[in-house]
Amino acid sequence: MATKETGRISRVAGPVVTAEGISPRMYDVVLVGELKLMGEVIKLVGKKTVIQVYEDTSGIRPGEEVVDTGAPLQVELGPGLLSSVYDGVQRPLPVLRENQGDFVSRGITAPGLDRKKKWEFTPLVKKGDEIGRGAILGEVPEGNIVHRVLAPSDAKGKVKNISSGNFTVEDVVGQLDSGYELRLMQRWPVRQARPYVEKLMPDIPLVTGQRVLDLLFPLAKGGTAAIPGGFGTGKTVTSQQLSKWSDAQIVIYVGCGERGNEMTEVLTTFPELEDPKTGKPLMGRTVLIANTSNMPVAAREASVYTGITVAEYYRDMGYDVSLMADSTSRWAEAMREISSRLEEMPGEEGYPAYLAARLSEFYERCGRVKVFSGGIGSISVIGAVSPSGGDFSEPVTQNTLRIVKVFWALDSKLRERRHFPAINWLTSYSLYSPILEDWYRKNVAEDWNQVRLWAMETLQKESELQEIVQLVGSDALPEEQRLTLDVARMIREFFLQQSAYHAVDTYSPLKRQYEYMSAIKRFSEHAKKAISLEVPLERISTLPCRADLGKLKFEETIDADLKKVTAEMDKQFASLGG
Amino acid sequence: MAKEYHTINQIAGPLVFVEKTEPIGFGELVQITLPDGSTKRGQVLDTSDEVVVVQVFEGTGGIDRASGVKFLGETVKMPVAKDMLGRILNGSGDPLDNGPPIIPEKRLEIIGAAINPWARDNPQEFIQTGISSIDGMNTLVRGQKLPIFSGAGLPHNDIALQIARQAKVLGGKEEFAVVFAAMGITSEEAQYFMKDFERTGALKRAVVFLNLADDPAIERLLTPRLALTTAEYLAFDLGMHVLVILTDITNYSEALRQIGAAREEVPARRGYPGYMYTDLASMYERAGRIKDKKGSITQFPILSMPGDDITHPIPDLTGYITEGQIVASRDLHRKGIFPPIAVERSLSRLMGQGIGPGRTREDHRAVSDQLYAGYAEGRDLRGLVAIVGKEALSDRDRKFLDFADAFEDRFVRQGKDEDRTIEQTLELGWELLSMLPLDSLTKIDRKFIEKYHPTVKKK
Repeated sequence: MATKETGRISRVAGPVVTAEGISPRMYDVVLVGELKLMGEVIKLVGKKTVIQVYEDTSGIRPGEEVVDTGAPLQVELGPGLLSSVYDGVQRPLPVLRENQGDFVSRGITAPGLDRKKKWEFTPLVKKGDEIGRGAILGEVPEGNIVHRVLAPSDAKGKVKNISSGNFTVEDVVGQLDSGYELRLMQRWPVRQARPYVEKLMPDIPLVTGQRVLDLLFPLAKGGTAAIPGGFGTGKTVTSQQLSKWSDAQIVIYVGCGERGNEMTEVLTTFPELEDPKTGKPLMGRTVLIANTSNMPVAAREASVYTGITVAEYYRDMGYDVSLMADSTSRWAEAMREISSRLEEMPGEEGYPAYLAARLSEFYERCGRVKVFSGGIGSISVIGAVSPSGGDFSEPVTQNTLRIVKVFWALDSKLRERRHFPAINWLTSYSLYSPILEDWYRKNVAEDWNQVRLWAMETLQKESELQEIVQLVGSDALPEEQRLTLDVARMIREFFLQQSAYHAVDTYSPLKRQYEYMSAIKRFSEHAKKAISLEVPLERISTLPCRADLGKLKFEETIDADLKKVTAEMDKQFASLGG
Repeated sequence: MAKEYHTINQIAGPLVFVEKTEPIGFGELVQITLPDGSTKRGQVLDTSDEVVVVQVFEGTGGIDRASGVKFLGETVKMPVAKDMLGRILNGSGDPLDNGPPIIPEKRLEIIGAAINPWARDNPQEFIQTGISSIDGMNTLVRGQKLPIFSGAGLPHNDIALQIARQAKVLGGKEEFAVVFAAMGITSEEAQYFMKDFERTGALKRAVVFLNLADDPAIERLLTPRLALTTAEYLAFDLGMHVLVILTDITNYSEALRQIGAAREEVPARRGYPGYMYTDLASMYERAGRIKDKKGSITQFPILSMPGDDITHPIPDLTGYITEGQIVASRDLHRKGIFPPIAVERSLSRLMGQGIGPGRTREDHRAVSDQLYAGYAEGRDLRGLVAIVGKEALSDRDRKFLDFADAFEDRFVRQGKDEDRTIEQTLELGWELLSMLPLDSLTKIDRKFIEKYHPTVKKK
């Protein structure tokens, strides 16, 4: 780390402070004034340094000291991240509360990682081994996973010694021949993406067990999705279901500029959730980052970067990480505010002209990659957008939609009708379906995609027919079209609706999703044939197998039931005389 | 003793530029002595080695180059004490009521630090306001911030007053207080509030801050912060449940824009400063509850939407920070219905946490969902009636139409002093729902219908 330099303040104007006597690099972190407020260098003019301070600057006066830390905004990476609750610049909120009470006062710092806690370290390299960037030095059990201790990017050479035992994050666990000391902890600048060997195609789905997502609008591991974050659409439940059930091992939730009382809901409900795979608390593989709207704006701007850097660190261990950024609109708002304080020329709606670039830079940090430690890891990002006044044409939403490949349209109308998850099947989309097709063909079923397309088509037809029905009533439609309406209804009520609170229904494996939709499709084909033989629709829709299809999703024996009902269905249709 | 400088070199709008000072802290309070001996106060806006920019609260009229400038060495602090209850103060926190000076128990920074999200407690205690359209349909809970979105000429003040008078927590016998901050309202409006506070005896447990329309705009930026600092003291130091009424946020935002323009800042939407979101959040987020603390702060900001436009930056940004909104309706007001609360456009985001068995009643959610649905359907039909006439409607539709009218006339409408319990509100809801065909009550569980439906339960 560079040496620390000290200078003096020459001007204070709100959060923008000018200093003299230091020569930092752009975006280096400086500590301002006697309170040591954290700030970031945002402009260098002549001998003057312009600093954006993260906290309120009241009482700071010219002449006070400014210390250049010689490094940009960094996070601490090491064991102890999981189950932590941080603010936007990685200060642990529970520790802050313990140290200084219920309010976050100024100039206080607490290290991101607990300095006292000891971790049981088992080396995986030995004396004489040649190590390089990202090598796995050893393992530490952390929360619900194994934490792989990675060599920092500047650690290269032969291992001189390394020991097992219990260590704090700062203890030296080994040395290289060069004298380089190895520790459990490392630091990384948040605005810089952590490197990887190469990016891979996102051709494996992030299996969520949520039928509407997996079958109709799949997200790939390493993919990006956006959800509109209007309140009351079930955003919280959806993100909790994803955290619980998706096959990502690590979950990171960034609450960026959200309401304090809403953040409280997340902070109180998350620790109560159980990880269904291990039975342990879900927090054991979760990191929460909370920066409410009244916490310093610069920290809000940083929070998203803090989150993605932590995500990258676990990705580098070879894990699949899912990151929820809630909400990217508040993040953009923070950019707008800082930009206007810097008196930059505004772009659309006062947002800075670099809004689109920042957003795409951020989303580009996710993906499925080959990592230096040898394996493959991924970061999937789900970004909530909360367009003001529900106007989707505003710049943040538009720029986001241009980048992300999946849009899960949470819909308050569906919520009002108690259709959960309230994801609108007509306005949502996923561009990953074609890339993932191969995977589904190999791992689930040969005709996965046909079934998917059939379901989409039926739903689309339904919406067209609904328009007619509203004008003339459904009785005026021919039998075949009424059948389409009935089948679409089955898809909606049986398949798309899924209860997050029901023990069986809350998670649906891919194979079961496929079997279930296939059974509905089979019903539809049988029925079509029957109608062509002039069997009245009433007789078809009152067949016991139709009702059975709806009920079986709540049964423990659902997989066997599906087979039974399908066999029954064939018999019942045969008995119709078709 | 602070030094007095006579080195003013520029005065522009509300800003005074002072040269050759010793190092002055940002945000420090300033006292300016005019040639005639009177004093004005201000705050440091920008401080550097060369020049200090002071923003004067009471306007710069009468200040000349020779005026003395004294820097007081501290930022704006609010002296707080329990004795403030029952007092009327001006927008800067000085007594207006000829009462004795307030002996402070504490002096607090008015720029409140953010509550640590980890320290916050979930707001879930139901507050009964006695107003059916709020209690039944948009339930308020302790620690919530629920603005009233109103417009010019609508009786939002009466709604706020009624809430302040009637708000209580069921079963609780706890200390509660009202902090009232007026920003830029007319003295007529202020008197209206004061009279009502006196009439009902509410003044005894209220602290009133008055920044009137002809008071300096810049003081408007202080008033809500003084009020909220007082509220925090009452709530978190003294354990009281505090209801804060801030009126009118639109005047506050206008002042923010005015000051921003005077500072020659780059404006954002409609000329309001780019930091307005954060600035508003720094007020609204001072509501809530804290773990292991008895008290709470519940906020009722009132804002009049310019041109009734809900997408205007002030209501828009407010809506993003507050947990819902109560929207006042011009249509209902024209129909002579008080309180004119547009139930269909209002929302309480914390309602779910505050209702149900043990809090209000088990059937609350179902009744409110069904009332919403029925009213929405009835309103839709009004459009149809205008085209085809009532005769063309089916029997069922006519029932919904009548239901919507009755809903407005009996459920929404109530007297200014009518304090309905939540039971009365729900019973009224059931009574109205019984106008509808039984099979259309699809949002209510069978068991609730058997237990509460006026015509079903008798059988």
